[in-house]
Amino acid sequence: MSSTTAHEADSPHVVGYATFIKVWLALVVLTGALVGLSSAHNPNLALLGLLIITPTKASLVLFYFMHLKYEKAGLKYMVTTALAVLVIFIFLTFSDYLFR
Amino acid sequence: MSESAEPHTGDPIGEHVTEHAGEHRDYVGAKLGMWIFVFTELILFGGLFVAYGMYRSMHPHEFHHASGELNVTLGVINTLILLTSSLTMVLSIVAIRLQRKGQSIAFLAATMVLGCAFLVNKFFEWSAKIHHGLYPGSEHLMARPPGERLFFGLYYGMTGLHGLHVTVGVVVMSIMMALLVRDKIRHDDFIKLENTGLYWHLVDIIWIFLLPLFYLAA
Repeated sequence: MSSTTAHEADSPHVVGYATFIKVWLALVVLTGALVGLSSAHNPNLALLGLLIITPTKASLVLFYFMHLKYEKAGLKYMVTTALAVLVIFIFLTFSDYLFR
Repeated sequence: MSESAEPHTGDPIGEHVTEHAGEHRDYVGAKLGMWIFVFTELILFGGLFVAYGMYRSMHPHEFHHASGELNVTLGVINTLILLTSSLTMVLSIVAIRLQRKGQSIAFLAATMVLGCAFLVNKFFEWSAKIHHGLYPGSEHLMARPPGERLFFGLYYGMTGLHGLHVTVGVVVMSIMMALLVRDKIRHDDFIKLENTGLYWHLVDIIWIFLLPLFYLAA
């Protein structure tokens, strides 16, 4: 189900306030968890926070606030491709540095 | 309008170009354009994150030490401000779609106030650092190890570029506010507000990554 064309705007299928407030609460809780993990003086926990909690927060914003969850497949593929290109760039740069 | 004036979009997303009283609207095109801009921003900041990762792997201890000098409380407060502003932004869009213009204006105003609050915090944070002689090229910083100089260079560069994006966001929102008040953004025509939201959430996502990399890296 998509959401932004003129005719669809007239439909009642608008995601309500409650969903977004719940997502915001989750983001606040995750931020608290991230700060908690990083102040535990344990490098492994801090890394866990960086590699798990941070991308989870970004995904929540991407899927709910940026509405990607409700978009059609075409746009989802585009976003996935763009993110994949970014990950490949990061991977190639680091592998070049590490195995030089 | 002739047939040739309105080409078939052939868009992969399968939505339509619409005509309203002779006004040409292409919601999918408008949104797609905004997403492509978002991708270019991802590559821009992605490059900076790669630079950060590379220099941090070269100078892990110096980055760790320098990060300890940043104000974690201010960083977390600014995170909460931006997360809340993202919520009010999305609620402003929901409100206009539900034909609640007053609420939409109120939520957009709240988003602008929060964006400004973020910048005020940033101003105090940078002022304190500069007051302590920690700014690119300062005598105090140049006397410190290369890794710490790199850390503060990246800190000013990346949070500065992000702050510039927040400033642009607030300016764009003030334009959206004028359009909303004059009924140029309505429940059946809100793509400009939605695209502003996409930009604002991108700014939020970038900050989500800046927080652990700079403020919590110690």
